Amino acid sequence: MVTKPPETPKSEMMVRMRKVTKAFGENVVLRELDLDVAPGEKVVIIGPSGSGKTTILRVAMTLERPDSGTVEIDGRHLYHQEKNGELVTANEKHIRSVRSDVSMVFQHFNLFPHMTALENVTLAPIKVLGKSKEEAEESAVRLLESVGLGDKTTHRPSELSGGQKQRVAIARSLAIDPKVMCFDEVTSALDPELVGEVLGVLRKLAEEGDMTMMLVTHEMGFASEMADRVVMFDHGRILEDGPPSQIFKEPAHDRTKSFLKAVLQH
Amino acid sequence: MPDLILSPSNYARLMEGLVVTMQVLIGSVILGSLLSLFFGIGRLSQRAWVRRASSVYVEFARGASAIILLFWMFFALPILFGIRGWSPMVAGILALGVNMGAYGAEIVRGAVNSVAKGQTEAAIALNLSNTQRLRHVVLPQAVPVILPPYGNLAIEVMKGTALVSLITLSDLAFEVQKLRVNSVVIADSATTPMLYLNVLAIYFVLAFLIDRVFKLAERRVAAKFGVKPPRRKRAGRPTAGVGVTG
Amino acid sequence: MNQLADRPKWNWDVVWEHLPAIWGGMVVIIQATLAGITIAMILGLFLALGRRSERRWISWPFAAFIDFIRSTPLLIQLFFVFFALPEMGIVLGARTSLILGLGVHYATYASEAYRAGIDAVDKGQWEAATALNLGTGTTWQKVVLPQAIPKVIPALGNFLVAMIKDAPLGSSIGVAGVLFVARSIGSQTFFYVETMTMAGILFLVVSVPAALFVQFLERKYGYEAA
Repeated sequence: MVTKPPETPKSEMMVRMRKVTKAFGENVVLRELDLDVAPGEKVVIIGPSGSGKTTILRVAMTLERPDSGTVEIDGRHLYHQEKNGELVTANEKHIRSVRSDVSMVFQHFNLFPHMTALENVTLAPIKVLGKSKEEAEESAVRLLESVGLGDKTTHRPSELSGGQKQRVAIARSLAIDPKVMCFDEVTSALDPELVGEVLGVLRKLAEEGDMTMMLVTHEMGFASEMADRVVMFDHGRILEDGPPSQIFKEPAHDRTKSFLKAVLQH
Repeated sequence: MPDLILSPSNYARLMEGLVVTMQVLIGSVILGSLLSLFFGIGRLSQRAWVRRASSVYVEFARGASAIILLFWMFFALPILFGIRGWSPMVAGILALGVNMGAYGAEIVRGAVNSVAKGQTEAAIALNLSNTQRLRHVVLPQAVPVILPPYGNLAIEVMKGTALVSLITLSDLAFEVQKLRVNSVVIADSATTPMLYLNVLAIYFVLAFLIDRVFKLAERRVAAKFGVKPPRRKRAGRPTAGVGVTG
Repeated sequence: MNQLADRPKWNWDVVWEHLPAIWGGMVVIIQATLAGITIAMILGLFLALGRRSERRWISWPFAAFIDFIRSTPLLIQLFFVFFALPEMGIVLGARTSLILGLGVHYATYASEAYRAGIDAVDKGQWEAATALNLGTGTTWQKVVLPQAIPKVIPALGNFLVAMIKDAPLGSSIGVAGVLFVARSIGSQTFFYVETMTMAGILFLVVSVPAALFVQFLERKYGYEAA
């Protein structure tokens, strides 16, 4: 039994997943998932490893294709197209067009090692958004300054610490002007003393307001302060869904209770 | 569309050539293996002069062009040493064997090196002689490492055997050249492209068979060790310049 | 042929007289090799991309072609280009045939090296490109290939050295390389020992430094990759 999600606003959903199913061989990772994320909402997804929470983000980012179900980004179907009033499987061109509203920051950064920080951030704006080099570099410098790395624009990833790399990655994703940003355990691969600087950037991003954010994280303290909504995910299904105060203080399910107990003990 | 299949008499001639090819191949591989073993271990010898001599052999034989070596063996060697009745078969086996030995020596050296130091030390602690240590402890463990690249090397030698046709040895390559000349004269002979494609196919089958034989050997050896055999890709001319010409 | 037993073992005059011609043959070999490796490098990348295609009706023919060429003697392939293609309407000169034969043969080796280099690029790089919505062209050109190619260069160097050793096969189709020249002079003067030895030594003079250079390349690019 799943606790009912809070009343969703009448305004259009930024992300709408309906009956999304994904299996890897025998392992069913997402079971008929229904998930809505409102514009500007900050949703944190928690749950045990292997529960499929990362897959939710990867499906939104088209890194995994769902076996069935639909995904809408800002009112547009990601994997389907309307043809004569019917929904058909979309072609790559359509997927790419809708995908431009979503970006992702990875656990292992995935920065381009052969490029400087600045080049990492300007590549997509130049090649995808069609900005001129000067325009792109100007915005990139501002973005890097906003994450505290204005002085590292000419540095290569190999010269940066983990925390710095992740901040460049965040700037890189922001540079393509997405409407939704996915954060896949972005601090899990960092040394403990570097986690704070990345969380600081995320906090700042959240406070600025507009960005719809979906985060998978183990940082419960951080989640409780910046999330609008926490979703507890287990075995392919949403177990609980509510504001942090509800989920963290008075979880309805034993599974949630035991999970939080185990995680918060660290 | 010209026939893909040749006439039986053509195939008969090609098969005769194939027999000679096999003779050259087997002879070269035997010689090459002996040289590989000898000089591969020689490179790791305690005695400096053995090491140096082995290195000289390996560097020069690897740097040499197999075809030039072959021609030198056939034309120059008999004159130099005053040998009469020098056969192209001997020249061919010598040249290919010497060339193969250099690459094989590197494979053996690498494999013997890769056997854990502890094994060598244990053997010394048991007071085994150098030869005993090699024979009973080190080499058996080096074999699974040697086999995969050695299989590739064998295929390279097989490709190299085609060169002996240029010193008048009646191998498969020689026969197809003869048939080609004939085809200009005889009306019902196959076209040149089909001749060559057939011959290429025969060599391909040979390569496939050699590959199979070695894969089988790898599995058997791995079973003896209770280990899964390494996933070998059939690489051609990979690193360290392994590659007899062909 | 008592001459064989009685003649002196080595004739230095022959050496000096024919050295320029034999060296000229070596130059032909070097030229053919450089042209051949250029073809191999370019064609090899093309073959690798085709081989990696996700569509089986593309990847399978590429794989079959690569495997077939790699597993069969270069000599026969040279014969095919020089003797068989004319019957199919394509007539190429001896030198062109040699370069084409070398280029295609080694392109198949190069394609395997390219594949390994491309596969070695971390999967996360591809995912980052998707996350930034970079197109296929940009992903290959700006992200994948710049990381794959440095790893392939030492292998290409090895192929260059191997190709030098195969280029003298051109003598069998009449290319005036070092072997052809040595043989011609040998058959005219009967001074086989001197001519063949010169050919061998001149060859080593080129191939051994080339091999050392490649070892240097391997060490240099080994560092960068790490």
